[in-house]
Amino acid sequence: MPKAFFIDTTKCTACRGCQVACKEWKNLPAVPTKQTGTHQNPPDLNPFNLKLVRFSEHMDKTGKVSWYFFPDQCRHCLEAPCKQASSVEGSILQDEATGAVIYTEKTAQEDFDIIRGACPYDIPRQNPETKQIVKCDMCIDRVKANMLPMCVKSCAMGAMHFGERVDMIKLAAERLAVVQRTEAPKAQLLNVNDVAVIYLVADNPKMYHEFAVAQGPAQLTRKEMLAGAFAPFRRMVRAVQG
Amino acid sequence: MTNHYTDIGNADAVLIMGSNAAEHHPISFRWVLKAKEKGAVVIHVDPKFSRTSARSSFHVPLRSGTDIAFIGGMIKYILDNKKYFADYVNNYTNAAFIVGEKFSFKDGLFSGYDAEKKKYDSSHWAFEKDENGLPKTDPTFKHPRCVLNLLKQHYSRYTLDKVSDVTGVSKDNLLKVYEAFSATGKPDKAGTVLYALGWTQHTVGVQNIRAAGIFQLLLGNFGVAGGGINALRGEPNVQGSTDHALLYGYIPGYHNAPLATWTTLEEYNKANTPVTKDPKSVNWWGNRPKYVVSLLKGWYGDKATKENDFGYSWLPKLDPGVDYSHLFIFDRMYKGKIKGGFIFGHNPAQSFPNSHKVRKAMDQLDWLVVAEVYHNETSDNWRRPGVDPKDVKTEVFLLPSAYRAEKEGTISNSGRWHMWHYKAVEPLGQSRSMGDMIVDIAGRVRALYMKGGGAFPEGVLNMDIPEKFDAETMAKRINGFFTQDVKIGDKEYKKGQLVPGFANLKDDGSTTSLNWVYCGGYTEAEGNLAKRRDLTQTPMQAAIHLYPKFSWAWPMNRRVLYNRASVDQYGKPYNPAKAVIAWEDGKWVGDVPDGPAAPMAMEGGKYPFIMCTEGRAQLYGPGRADGPFPEHYEPAETPLKAHPFSKQLSNPCMKQAVSDMDALAAPADPRFPIVLTTYCLTEHWCSGAETRNGPALLEAEPQQYVEMSPQLAKEKGINNGDVVIVESLRGKVEAVAMVTVRIKPFKVAGKTVHLVGMPFCFGWTKPKCGDAVNRLTSSVGDPNTTIPEYKASLVNIRKADKVTEL
Repeated sequence: MPKAFFIDTTKCTACRGCQVACKEWKNLPAVPTKQTGTHQNPPDLNPFNLKLVRFSEHMDKTGKVSWYFFPDQCRHCLEAPCKQASSVEGSILQDEATGAVIYTEKTAQEDFDIIRGACPYDIPRQNPETKQIVKCDMCIDRVKANMLPMCVKSCAMGAMHFGERVDMIKLAAERLAVVQRTEAPKAQLLNVNDVAVIYLVADNPKMYHEFAVAQGPAQLTRKEMLAGAFAPFRRMVRAVQG
Repeated sequence: MTNHYTDIGNADAVLIMGSNAAEHHPISFRWVLKAKEKGAVVIHVDPKFSRTSARSSFHVPLRSGTDIAFIGGMIKYILDNKKYFADYVNNYTNAAFIVGEKFSFKDGLFSGYDAEKKKYDSSHWAFEKDENGLPKTDPTFKHPRCVLNLLKQHYSRYTLDKVSDVTGVSKDNLLKVYEAFSATGKPDKAGTVLYALGWTQHTVGVQNIRAAGIFQLLLGNFGVAGGGINALRGEPNVQGSTDHALLYGYIPGYHNAPLATWTTLEEYNKANTPVTKDPKSVNWWGNRPKYVVSLLKGWYGDKATKENDFGYSWLPKLDPGVDYSHLFIFDRMYKGKIKGGFIFGHNPAQSFPNSHKVRKAMDQLDWLVVAEVYHNETSDNWRRPGVDPKDVKTEVFLLPSAYRAEKEGTISNSGRWHMWHYKAVEPLGQSRSMGDMIVDIAGRVRALYMKGGGAFPEGVLNMDIPEKFDAETMAKRINGFFTQDVKIGDKEYKKGQLVPGFANLKDDGSTTSLNWVYCGGYTEAEGNLAKRRDLTQTPMQAAIHLYPKFSWAWPMNRRVLYNRASVDQYGKPYNPAKAVIAWEDGKWVGDVPDGPAAPMAMEGGKYPFIMCTEGRAQLYGPGRADGPFPEHYEPAETPLKAHPFSKQLSNPCMKQAVSDMDALAAPADPRFPIVLTTYCLTEHWCSGAETRNGPALLEAEPQQYVEMSPQLAKEKGINNGDVVIVESLRGKVEAVAMVTVRIKPFKVAGKTVHLVGMPFCFGWTKPKCGDAVNRLTSSVGDPNTTIPEYKASLVNIRKADKVTEL
């Protein structure tokens, strides 16, 4: 049965337990960082940070402050555009049992810009040395051993959940109803029908992160992908984001 | 905590004040979120908008150091609008007690003040007593000097206008908090208060907490599920170390440390054992001699006998009136009066206030022993920036300490749960647990004494020190043993067996216990209860997230302290849906009650506040150094020249170290117009000595920063990400500017007061991450505890022309 995550950002306190636990489990090296005037660090996903808590603060006209946290990661799309865009046999796989989208060593032979450009959530990153393209693998090693993904396991606030897709959708819908009723009428679930990582946000998703919701048509044909139709747009956005 | 972590989930209102719970006590916040999910209002009152504020129902910014003004206004609101729980206040507090004629309060000072000594004579605050020595009461509340009327009078000055003017909180916001929280003054509602160092680290720290105690009593929120006053204690086992008397003024189990003037055990007991003739008062501290004698037996074993006062004379004694807290230890060190010492699990060169003084003070030492996992600013003080190691005479011994996963033992969490943790791996290299080090050092010192003698040999030679440290054995010794065969009820205990609970401890030498509060946690029948992980519960317990078989809580596995106040005088729960205990068929059910006695109005019934001599909780608290009612005073360094409550600007009793390095900025000093508050981070632990060495944590929070409002940044020409210099009268710190709408300027006394906030975890031993923010803070402290005022200092800020620390 396909699996899914439910990430309830209305319970996330940005403790970054998930961000750190992900690195630790996968034995990824720390990257050198600087304080640049924000708590978000590293500034973006990179080959050694497959999970990143994004911070964004806002003040409305009445002076009310809100601070939104978005634990960003691969959404494990049901029909993964990156897989469709792949031109190397066996580089991007989808595990039938769980639905996990898995990048193999063969991604080193892919055109990175096409793969990244295909992602509606701007997730894939490339290891500059090995040229492999990397991202969250749903902790497939743990899941196959009946354990929770590391980020979910580390979440002390109960913001992150993992399980059967049907159960997660049910949980998400129930929680959405509560949040809409009690604290945030604008609350919504993001791209719930397309992805295996379902986010609940309290406000306009763009106030959390540019790529919180899918950017560009989520489902493209393989031909369009190969043509790299959307890559220039992606590159432009990245240039703006720095 | 009077209550415990999982209990927070029962609250109808959660007031987080003096705490950034989500960031610094993440697990507490899991239960805050559970309460919120069930409809509770979560209120965060704090100088800055933090990750706690982000998940609260609303946040109210408050100028650091003005909590008593804020709460004084709330007490007035509750009294004026009759929001208090009258039945509870009348029966369970000292509201009806009559205060003696010598009590007065005039222009910021209580009666009995000695300006020269900066101390009060608290006998001026005593209650009027009857012929039995019991406080006189007026249940009609007509007497002008009954506590309730004095309380009303005291806080009548705390009007919305004045409170708003001092705190910088708008009147709308004040009312929003007061209304939301005082709605819990109903029998079936509960409000909890979560606080931490944001309340304690002020020159009025203890009174901040007293103030919360007062409104929680008025609202009937003690003893109930989802109520209480809950100190979120530090992760480094702060609860356990306080229980075991890490603080100089106590010996284990909250007994005063002996003074030189109490020369015999009898004198000690007389001075420290309260008595009452009220048959309804349990007066639990009346048992103190039993606990002290059992402690002495635990320390000195067979050497402690009735004839030699159980070795009382071998205990070190304090000179009366001398402050032995760290603030003054380092003051004495700075003045060359201390030659050497041990610093275990502590990084004072980074975490104590006025770091420049602390670091220079350590230069005066001939020798220093540090036990640590990593090198830190204390162990490496001799090679700190700007100092030539050749000029430092100190010989430093660094003992490699085992990391917590490399040893077994207990942690006591904030809710008093005693929890065992197991060793995961063997200690690296030659590192050892601190228990192991201490036992080894003590054994070797004793061997030296036996060989060559030495000063004061009895204390060293008679101490019952084990051959080897073993955590399990130590846990048993803390619980305590019988020293002879005894029969309790129909059960016989042999000499050497574990005492089943502190009610069985005796003052005749027949029992030992290294800490009475933990007695009952390790039993012959069930073993080490700190190891329990059983989640079973009754439906009544399930309704309030109570897990009586998970770990063990002191005292006697009671999860909610003062739970007899959660029921009416006949034992019926005020809130049946969330009952903590109930009197059913002649016995208590639910949590372990505060003693087995019948409900208060029944035959043999007792008052609920068993630790108070009078059995009733203290709205009026004559036991503190700085007054029976909390009063607003400005921090030692304040942006104001005057405040509207009195002419007494700052706490008249505050502790203050005096030396050439202890200058304080004048009130409203134009050179330092900005309020600095300091704090820790989720990603780093305390001084950061350990976590700066965790690469993934340093990656997430790599460098010293200073959070400031866009308005202040604009005023100073600072952009987000610029390196700035933050400067006080005592030092300078480089930091990256974090310009954020989460910090707002305050409107105080007609002017704009800016506030900046900085973490204290970045130190020079990790290159380019910055250095101690405590170079800015000052050596002033609370008169009761001498906890320093880390939360409010005066600074100025400017763009850096040169960067060396980052």
